[in-house]
Amino acid sequence: MSRKRNVAIVGIGQTYHKSHRPDVNQVELVHEAVRAALEDARLSMKDIDCVVHGNMELFEGIHQPDMWHVDGDGGFLKSGFRLSTGGTTGGTLVSAADHLVASGLFGVVLAVGFEKQEEGHTTTGITAMADPLWGRTLMTGAISGVRAGLLVKEFGERAELAAARLRVKAADNALKNPFAHLKLKITVDDVMKSRLLAYPMRLLHMCPESNGACALILAAPEKAREISKKPVWIKDHVTVHMEETFYRGGPQRIVPSMDVAAKKLYQRNGIKNPLKEIDVFEMYDPSSWWELEWMEYFLQLKHGQNIDLVEEGATEIGGRFPINPSGGVVSTNPIGATAMIRVAEAALQVRGDAGKHQVPKEVRMAMASSFGGTLWTILHLLTREVEA
Amino acid sequence: MEETWCYQVSGKLEIPYRYFAGEFLSRFFVELRDHKKILGVRCPTCAVVFFPPRSICGRCLSPLGEWVELGDTGTLQSFTVVRYSEPTHPLQAPFVLGLIKLDGADTGMLHLIGEAELSALRAGLRLRAVFKEKREGEILDILYFRPEPVAKEAGR
Repeated sequence: MSRKRNVAIVGIGQTYHKSHRPDVNQVELVHEAVRAALEDARLSMKDIDCVVHGNMELFEGIHQPDMWHVDGDGGFLKSGFRLSTGGTTGGTLVSAADHLVASGLFGVVLAVGFEKQEEGHTTTGITAMADPLWGRTLMTGAISGVRAGLLVKEFGERAELAAARLRVKAADNALKNPFAHLKLKITVDDVMKSRLLAYPMRLLHMCPESNGACALILAAPEKAREISKKPVWIKDHVTVHMEETFYRGGPQRIVPSMDVAAKKLYQRNGIKNPLKEIDVFEMYDPSSWWELEWMEYFLQLKHGQNIDLVEEGATEIGGRFPINPSGGVVSTNPIGATAMIRVAEAALQVRGDAGKHQVPKEVRMAMASSFGGTLWTILHLLTREVEA
Repeated sequence: MEETWCYQVSGKLEIPYRYFAGEFLSRFFVELRDHKKILGVRCPTCAVVFFPPRSICGRCLSPLGEWVELGDTGTLQSFTVVRYSEPTHPLQAPFVLGLIKLDGADTGMLHLIGEAELSALRAGLRLRAVFKEKREGEILDILYFRPEPVAKEAGR
């Protein structure tokens, strides 16, 4: 992959996230994020050339939300399209916006992801519309304990304690993030005793259903420097598709998309030791178990080193390799926006604008991941400086 | 020729949903239900009165807050006679759907036309809203729009 020109994030906006937002309709919710991004970039809609919009397919039981959200996202008479790639939607939107600018087609592109999860039915969106031959009558939706079970089998209580520690870390970080949804004061013990959903996955391990939206504005270099004092550069991104899904192919098939994505990204960008070279990582963690497991692939660790790192506290906000200072997906999950929030939060860390959940070290390079029920992985690599 | 049997899966998807109008637009439905009032919203920048109302002007992205009480009369802009029935239709065919621009509004909206001679339908026809007796705060609290008696009959 080679880009015609560099692209920077110059505007970042998100709504606060909650279980219940009867006060706004979808258009107004989307607009909150768009207005925040425009204000952050000090731009008006006149400056935007193209709008890309996305959310989960049919989660709210509405068709073509990109059409009737135009009042809120500012797309009136502008170029644009909708993307829907499951949980990765928000990341796909960022990648698409990057392509649109990097190719030279557009100078300034607005990407908007949203979900108003209380208005639809997640299990219908996932299970009832799964593969009619193999999955529809069998799968449990977003809650799967299969992979976590393998970790327990191998590492016993150490794995359970590590997953619980990660959940507490997320909760502590979310308390520092004004936009986070769940603000829980919990202990390892609370996590270990919370309701069992699918062994060893417990209620507190899982992400919530949130209402919220996120918007990012991406611009070409000259424009980016004109708009922002602190443009955050999209150094690279990788999308790895794979065969659907859990119920066809067994648990070993889940591994490669994270592993392949990380290997590709590191190789292309000359990253030899991600733990040392990347300063902060915003991971799409649908559950604390997956955060624990995926650390191994994303950071190319030795098998079992993920548990060592958690025990060491390395991924805490003040640790040597902070993961999800925002509180992550287990704290906040408006699905169509969730993956974009990972990129937005990583960009805030690069800018040094994350406020109380800013990591206490210099951030030159940040990484963000996206994940969805498709088992796809997207990785975005963001930097403070860029080579011309 | 013998046909090969192929396995198929049939079913029915049911999608529970709810949709929140939001604080701003809820006022429209309350006024309609409680006072048979039809409200539009003005964008001062674009000088447009929107019906149905909205809280943001999609054209200039201004936040909107100026409610305008519209009459219950309007003009038929365009129409079609629906001649087939579907479970999702509001009425059995034949029925008439019209684009109606209410007096005081700059934008039109789709609704039903009732009590009308099909042969007399034409763009420009004057219409008046007929409200439901027991209103519940939804757009079908307006049952339909019926043609106004023409001017020469108006004085009787």
